[in-house]
Amino acid sequence: MLVGPLIALLLSVVAGGIFILSIGQNPIEVYTRFIGDSLGNAYGIGQILFKATPLMFTGLAAAICFKANLFNIGAEGQMTIGAFLTGLVGSYFQGLPGWILLPASLVAGMAGGAAWGIIPGYLKARFGAHEVINTIMMNFIAMGVVSYFITNIVGVPATVHTPEISPSTTLARLESFFPVFHGSPVNLSFFIAVVICLGAYIFLTRTPRGYEIRALGLNAPAAEYARIPIRKNIIITFALAGACAGLGGMNFILGYKHYFELGFSEGSGFIGIAVALLARNNPIGIIVTSLFFGMLEYGSLTINTIVPKELSNILQAIVILLMITLTKVLGGWIERKRSPEPTNA
Amino acid sequence: MLNSLLTVAFLSQCLRISVPYAFPALGATFSERGGVVNIALEGILLISAFAATVGTYFTGSPLFGVVCGIAAGGLTAFLHGLITITLKADQIVSGIGINLLAVGLTKFCCQLIFNSSSNSDRIAGIDQWSFFGSIPILDNPFVILIFILAIVMQFVLFKTRFGLRLRSVGEFPAAAESLGVNISRMRHAGVVISGVMTGIGGAWLAFNQHSFTDGMSAGRGFIALAAMIIGKWNPLGALAACLLFGIAESLSIQLQSTSQYIQFIQLIPYVVTMIVLAGFIGRAVPPAADGIPYEKDAA
Repeated sequence: MLVGPLIALLLSVVAGGIFILSIGQNPIEVYTRFIGDSLGNAYGIGQILFKATPLMFTGLAAAICFKANLFNIGAEGQMTIGAFLTGLVGSYFQGLPGWILLPASLVAGMAGGAAWGIIPGYLKARFGAHEVINTIMMNFIAMGVVSYFITNIVGVPATVHTPEISPSTTLARLESFFPVFHGSPVNLSFFIAVVICLGAYIFLTRTPRGYEIRALGLNAPAAEYARIPIRKNIIITFALAGACAGLGGMNFILGYKHYFELGFSEGSGFIGIAVALLARNNPIGIIVTSLFFGMLEYGSLTINTIVPKELSNILQAIVILLMITLTKVLGGWIERKRSPEPTNA
Repeated sequence: MLNSLLTVAFLSQCLRISVPYAFPALGATFSERGGVVNIALEGILLISAFAATVGTYFTGSPLFGVVCGIAAGGLTAFLHGLITITLKADQIVSGIGINLLAVGLTKFCCQLIFNSSSNSDRIAGIDQWSFFGSIPILDNPFVILIFILAIVMQFVLFKTRFGLRLRSVGEFPAAAESLGVNISRMRHAGVVISGVMTGIGGAWLAFNQHSFTDGMSAGRGFIALAAMIIGKWNPLGALAACLLFGIAESLSIQLQSTSQYIQFIQLIPYVVTMIVLAGFIGRAVPPAADGIPYEKDAA
């Protein structure tokens, strides 16, 4: 099962090498520096863990829907709404102790993301409205609504961010436990993200609800025949995906800047789709692929002086395109190997 | 208030805003009528805007810039076709991949050519070649072109053999194939046409601003898809929806100084699209085989 992703990775590294060559640089030198500066020291590793954290949440948001054969292009919007509410709750209730405020701000984030997911889920379940366009529209609506509140009501004047959250609800950086990470913004959110990935794996593979969601994706008519409520599960799937995306802002807000800021996500809602695809929608795989994409993002920053850092976007895109084509090509090849007789009518 | 809205200046602003929606929306009708969902239009718009900028920058000729935009748009769309039609991979995910590729590739190349990943140098715009210069509104060849193309495309889609075949491939490919229609060729044609149209829209974006800036498509490709849905997969309907979006957006610009709810007015197109998709304003029914790769033995 790992053949497809590995070939996709290998080919994307080769394609990246061609891009590096095309601008007159030596790919081996660039890649050596890329790896050396990102994986070669604790600070770099801390940066990778930091960049990987939101991708685990948005990767899950895409993967849970993919499992049910649904498309969630809306992780960006779900994450924006959730993160905004996290920042809002954290900064508004300054007096509350951390053991109340921290869970409250996270629940607010999950609820916001889930609400943003339920809307396209409901429209799909009730009216059959296609979720792709609706989740894209919800991304725009999220941006508009949040920017209205930031510019007119809750934002710090002349900025695009909320006031700082209460010190009681911040998540500590790992450097305060492991001094070796000194200076890098990786924080406790990373472990929360890993735990939630593991939880999602258990949920999808070991619980009745997870089974229903997978059944919906594998064969909806058969699932319906087995009395699995299709519409209800579509809505639940989108709510869970949205809740995951809604937690994605935790890393930036509770663990790094300590406020919500417009544009904080840097497109991680969309990169989550690549993370999920490369992991074949396996939540444990998502931990690994998030780390890979995190390395891609941070590594490309370290080589920015010789190769434009946008190389990472190009490589992410190539991985996506290779994954979907290789799955088809390899899948067809395996099928042909298994059944040499042509089955065409 | 109302007086300021009904001026020629306002009308021409509405039209100018509609142009970059109209080209991809018109193109999308051909792609989707043939059965291929093309959310890559957002990225194609960005790539062709960049190509038009580079072409104009190096030759000084906006006309050559348009040709570059069309070529880049058509080629990128062909990539989408190759992945989704020839290799039968998922159309939505391919679109997302191409959109990401467009963001990265344009910034990467912008850095290499103009030494900045966010801005190009200034280029000549279209005001150098306006044929109907004396008449307001009609002073812009792109505006005239969207009306002509919408009528032509409506005709081609519903009154010609090519249009009938394209629609049959998007509705019931197995039946079309049994009558000897080449599914893959028809679908490729629809997708490349959508890319070429979007390429013209990208060139307009670059000329209108006299430069390329990163992410300048700013969701217009997605809004164009929404307009196509509101227009019920018809070129004329799509154009009408684009004009409506243009009016809504110019209104929000006019109201900018007087209203703090500006962000909400800008959301109207997105909300309307969702309402239409849910079937509250007539039924919005896509072609039956839209979005489904054609597998010969699956039918």
